[in-house]
Amino acid sequence: MHFFTSEFFFGHINYWLFIVLMMTGLYIVIGKGNLVKKIVGLNIFQTSVFMFYISMGKISGGTAPIFPLDGKYDPEIAYSNPLPHVLILTAIVVGIATTSLGLALIIRIREEYHCIEEEEITVIEDAVFRGEYLQAKSQGKTL
Amino acid sequence: MATQTVHHTAMTLSDHLPILQILIPFIAAPLIVFIGQRKLAWPIAFIASATSFVIACLLLSKVIDGSVISYQIGGWAPPLGIEYRVDAANAFVLFLITGIATLVLPYARQSVGSEMPHKTQTLFYALFLLCMTGLLGVTITADAFNVFVFLEISSLSTYVLIAQGSYRDRRALTAAFNYLIMGTIGATFFVIGLGFLYMATGTLNMADLADKLTGQYESRTVQAGFAFILVGMGLKVAIFPLHFWLPNAYTYAPSAVTTFLAATATKVAIYVLLRFVFSVFQPAFLAETSTLEIIFYPFALLAMFAASFTAIFQRDLKRMLAYSSIAQIGYMLLGIALLSETGLMATIIHLFNHGITKAALFMGVGAYVLRSGSSFYVQIQGLGKTMPWTSAAVIIGGLSLIGVPGTAGFLSKWLLVQAALEQGYWPISILIVASSLLAVIYVWRLVETLYLSTPSSEQTIQEAPLSMLLPLWAMALACIYFGFETDITLGAAKAAAQALLAGSSGMMN
Repeated sequence: MHFFTSEFFFGHINYWLFIVLMMTGLYIVIGKGNLVKKIVGLNIFQTSVFMFYISMGKISGGTAPIFPLDGKYDPEIAYSNPLPHVLILTAIVVGIATTSLGLALIIRIREEYHCIEEEEITVIEDAVFRGEYLQAKSQGKTL
Repeated sequence: MATQTVHHTAMTLSDHLPILQILIPFIAAPLIVFIGQRKLAWPIAFIASATSFVIACLLLSKVIDGSVISYQIGGWAPPLGIEYRVDAANAFVLFLITGIATLVLPYARQSVGSEMPHKTQTLFYALFLLCMTGLLGVTITADAFNVFVFLEISSLSTYVLIAQGSYRDRRALTAAFNYLIMGTIGATFFVIGLGFLYMATGTLNMADLADKLTGQYESRTVQAGFAFILVGMGLKVAIFPLHFWLPNAYTYAPSAVTTFLAATATKVAIYVLLRFVFSVFQPAFLAETSTLEIIFYPFALLAMFAASFTAIFQRDLKRMLAYSSIAQIGYMLLGIALLSETGLMATIIHLFNHGITKAALFMGVGAYVLRSGSSFYVQIQGLGKTMPWTSAAVIIGGLSLIGVPGTAGFLSKWLLVQAALEQGYWPISILIVASSLLAVIYVWRLVETLYLSTPSSEQTIQEAPLSMLLPLWAMALACIYFGFETDITLGAAKAAAQALLAGSSGMMN
């Protein structure tokens, strides 16, 4: 194991950046109370995975894997692996669907709660919950 | 590549059953949207799910003897092409999903009609079918990335289905949003895990992965992949500390949606976990990394007690059942952790039995919501007298939840206790019984509310309509039937457990 060598850092620079992006995204999702910011964080988190997959299939010096039409390809040419790239196309589509659904939900939440801050929503929901409890208490005998 | 002979001899319709299983609900869903008629939406959805159910029964009857059906999509041979593979384990889960869907739809007609405005009902049935397609696809596919795609199809439709509860309670929206965040993090973790496995092996076919992973168990890449997959799926399963999305989602979703999700969605995630832990990674890998000791045992036991304990103190029947679901997931994890044939059989049978039990209970809750307006204990006081048929079925479900002999729940808990004793872990078997006592408490509280307290309001409450009672009783009777007639469940679970424990050799033949 060659920790803390320049090769360890620069040789894996794509993976380091993947981790930085992933953690940035996760932190925003967890740490921010604004629902739109949470979606932004989720997007950064997902983008980090795209980067992970895309750099995984790339070979240094490798070119786009397009098979020549005449069938005469040069065995000297290195091709990048297209499969992870194709996979991530699917994941990008899924990410777009998730983002749009999340934003649509935020619009509905704003219509109902008149705010998109998690803390304010929690206050409203707690009040509703307490109201239910008091109502239940006044009606019930066995609580 | 070119030298490989393509075995594409699927000529008759029955050879195409695995793909039809997915295609029928998948095509019916957009069909409903394009036709756009509310009156036609329900019949189309019902025909599609009933047909899927027939297909699932046919598939199960073909593989219950332990044989395997491999279907190559488009005639491309695996590992390069995508393969659908049906064996006893997933045929059983397919049977559960389609069976529940076929019974929930007749029930949903009245329930959805009262809980949702007219204009969204057409789309509701389309989404229901899409969700079902996703769950079926996750179960049937033998391609690891395909699992992710289908998982997201089912998840995205699930978020929307849960948000439909906002017409009754706006908290459904925040529940759906939180589930969206958690579910997406889970699915993305799963994809990262798959990426690591692909880096180590260069393949995505599960059987091929299993083969190429052997001998690489000490690789840091493979171990990281396993960890990501476990946490990602753990979020979907709602393994104890990752369960925070579940109670709100189940409580505020429309009753029909809760019934379907509680009976199928977490069960499918458990199946994926089984598939990855036992088929893709082998039991030998588990022996090397101490996953079972550090993760499965403690969290399974914690779930059994903490969630059951929380369930006791709920004021809302629906929320109580949601917490009890988390506790039951603990039992299933425990069966996996015991790492024996009996343990796995217990997990697989409990997966099925708990599916039908919870379906019966949540259907009952939906009937109470329809007639009394909510599922709070104070609202359903004394309903045992005014809604005798609904309440009787709910009590049968409750007994099965405890695991009273003669109900389906008894069989799986009995097997679980046996599996623990086989390993010599008698304290665990005591804990299983002790946590069942907690279930006795919360089910007794339900009995007390329904039968022994006086109704809170003077207004007369009618019995639930027949269209809801029939599916409810079908589920309740299934709880009893599978408690006595154990050949089907035991046979399928035994074949499934053996296939899973055999690992890749079971997948390659």
